[in-house]
Amino acid sequence: MSGHSTYQPQGRLMKWLEARLPLGGLIHSSFVAYPTPRNLNYWWTFGGILTFMLAAQIVTGVVLVMHYTPTSKDAFDSVEHIMRDVNYGWLFRYVHANGGSMFFLAVYIHMFRGLYYGSYKEPREVLWILGVIIFLLMMATAFMGYVLPWGQMSFWAATVITNLFSAIPIFGNAITQWLWGGYAVDQPLLQRFFSLHYLLPFMIAGVVVLHVWALHVVGQNNPTGVDVKSDKDTVAFTPYATVKDGFMLVCFLILYGWFVFYIPNYLGHSDNYIPANPLQTPSHIVPEWYFLPFYAILRAIPNKLGGVVAMFASILVLFFLPWLDTSKVRSARYRPLFRQFFWILVVCCIGLGYLGSQPPEGGFVLAARILTAYYFIHFLVILPLLGLVEKPRAVPASISESVLKGAAPASAGHKAPDRNG
Amino acid sequence: MRKLILAATIVVLSLSAAPTAFAAEATAKPTRQSWSFAGPFGLYDRAQLQRGFKVYREVCAACHGLKLVAFRTLASPGGPGFTEPQAKQVASEYRITDGPNERGEMFERPGQLSDYIPSPDPNEQAARARLNGALPPDLSVIAKARSYEVGFPGFIIDAFKQYQESGVDYVYAYLTGYENPPAGTTLPPTQFWNKYFPGNRTAMRPPFQNDQIEYPDGTPQTPEQYSKDVTAFLMWTAEPHLESRKRIGFQVMIFLLVFAGLMYFTKKKVWSSVH
Repeated sequence: MSGHSTYQPQGRLMKWLEARLPLGGLIHSSFVAYPTPRNLNYWWTFGGILTFMLAAQIVTGVVLVMHYTPTSKDAFDSVEHIMRDVNYGWLFRYVHANGGSMFFLAVYIHMFRGLYYGSYKEPREVLWILGVIIFLLMMATAFMGYVLPWGQMSFWAATVITNLFSAIPIFGNAITQWLWGGYAVDQPLLQRFFSLHYLLPFMIAGVVVLHVWALHVVGQNNPTGVDVKSDKDTVAFTPYATVKDGFMLVCFLILYGWFVFYIPNYLGHSDNYIPANPLQTPSHIVPEWYFLPFYAILRAIPNKLGGVVAMFASILVLFFLPWLDTSKVRSARYRPLFRQFFWILVVCCIGLGYLGSQPPEGGFVLAARILTAYYFIHFLVILPLLGLVEKPRAVPASISESVLKGAAPASAGHKAPDRNG
Repeated sequence: MRKLILAATIVVLSLSAAPTAFAAEATAKPTRQSWSFAGPFGLYDRAQLQRGFKVYREVCAACHGLKLVAFRTLASPGGPGFTEPQAKQVASEYRITDGPNERGEMFERPGQLSDYIPSPDPNEQAARARLNGALPPDLSVIAKARSYEVGFPGFIIDAFKQYQESGVDYVYAYLTGYENPPAGTTLPPTQFWNKYFPGNRTAMRPPFQNDQIEYPDGTPQTPEQYSKDVTAFLMWTAEPHLESRKRIGFQVMIFLLVFAGLMYFTKKKVWSSVH
């Protein structure tokens, strides 16, 4: 469904280039003529926002690296040097640090949008799986980035997470020491995390290219979940999607700016302004907010290895989502039961996030166990069964029909969405 | 549904503020003070920062360092507002170890603007040996390195109120939070009871008494005022670019709001032919 390009290179230079490398045609067909469903709502603007966030993180990160020193002795002070002495260093650092949070906020909205509208279903399985890979890379990148300021939370987060590998039977300790490059979290770990924190964003960028490529092969899903059937169902990417994405991006930047300029340390932890001290454990070690649900799952299982397995399984299960959901209808709009379970899942994830921020004691542990169990039940039991027992509502015959207000659906009963082009 | 999602995102966003390092049951919650640098247009009170620096030099500096603060920043815009000659004068009153010289020896010289405030002890061991085993933390970023638990739903409201002063509220509370230990508790002479300190037992003696430091401008010479002034000063040492951050932030916000308005109407116009 890549746009049939009508691109005509203008001028001799562009014609010369187009005959040798059809770059103009590629850009034109991908970002100008590319047909997007005309009924996309604002939840579809977060792909563009995420692209912006990746670029913003790379640009600010490259500047920060010019002034940062990745040694356990100097890392903390070099971050403070950026905050004090580098021209607008405070701006770059706060934009980068809060940018991580904004990146995750956008990606979580993007993922839940995909869950709600069934964007992972045939023929978008590979598109979805590439997205989960990006998410995993983002988590690794964000975690390593959090370690770099070498504050108390940096140090102890690195200690807790790298220690998870010691749960692996037989080879656990050897793997952990290999990761550390020694017998404790220290200089070698900081230096390799720095190296990887610089590398992974470019790997993300590579997978993003695949993600966008896959998207342009199968076309965008839309709020009805019905395939595009004719030109009446679509509008050109430019100007329609561009201006809509642009408007939402600016709104997103207002939220981003609120954090950067007015409450830049709100999303961080005050302990990370204490230099790393291997001899003093903070009273509560907590990760950044975007890892809290996974942290809750990790601690919900009384067995260390079991906790690690459950935490990774909670993400791995997403890889199998296209086949776990047995319903032929994509959009939750026409799935009354699924829609309710979707919102229960959202509340479950927020609840896990809250529990991840609380000490693992008393009622918090029990609640975390119940929500962890529910998280897996949602994907492994509810979704497969729901497709078999749920009676979906009538799906509109086409996107353009659904856009015309008050029009009754042409076909009664649900119609299996057939692939189109 | 949309409202639900919005509420959900806000909750998720704000969760990180819930945890905090201080969970000791007996610890009292600091009272929120009014600070001149709070809010979207907050500015430092120059006179207060100068008084705070005086308090630091005459009392705190006996044990605590400010190793990230350079003398030149005393005269930087958005700071205590000393003139450059004044900052030079302050710097010259410190002795800085420099070297090695051409004979390979370290030597002492008066401080210059480019120097950083020297710490009272050369290293951690020296500090502990001098102070009954206690280690006074460096104060450069202390105003951002301390906090207290706000709890739900207060921490969400704080994001909207732009409350970012939990560090200074804690430091002020700590400086003024000394009291007699509860009946039945006896403390060794090297420990003091502070109702805001996690665990309540702190190795720092109550720092201030009435009229301990002379304020030439007639400001009340009370422990509360000393605490307030030095805490404001420590906010500046922790966040020296706060004023330009808020000023640029306001410009960015105005720009983004106008830009968003223009984008909204452009979007409406472009899509009007489709709907």
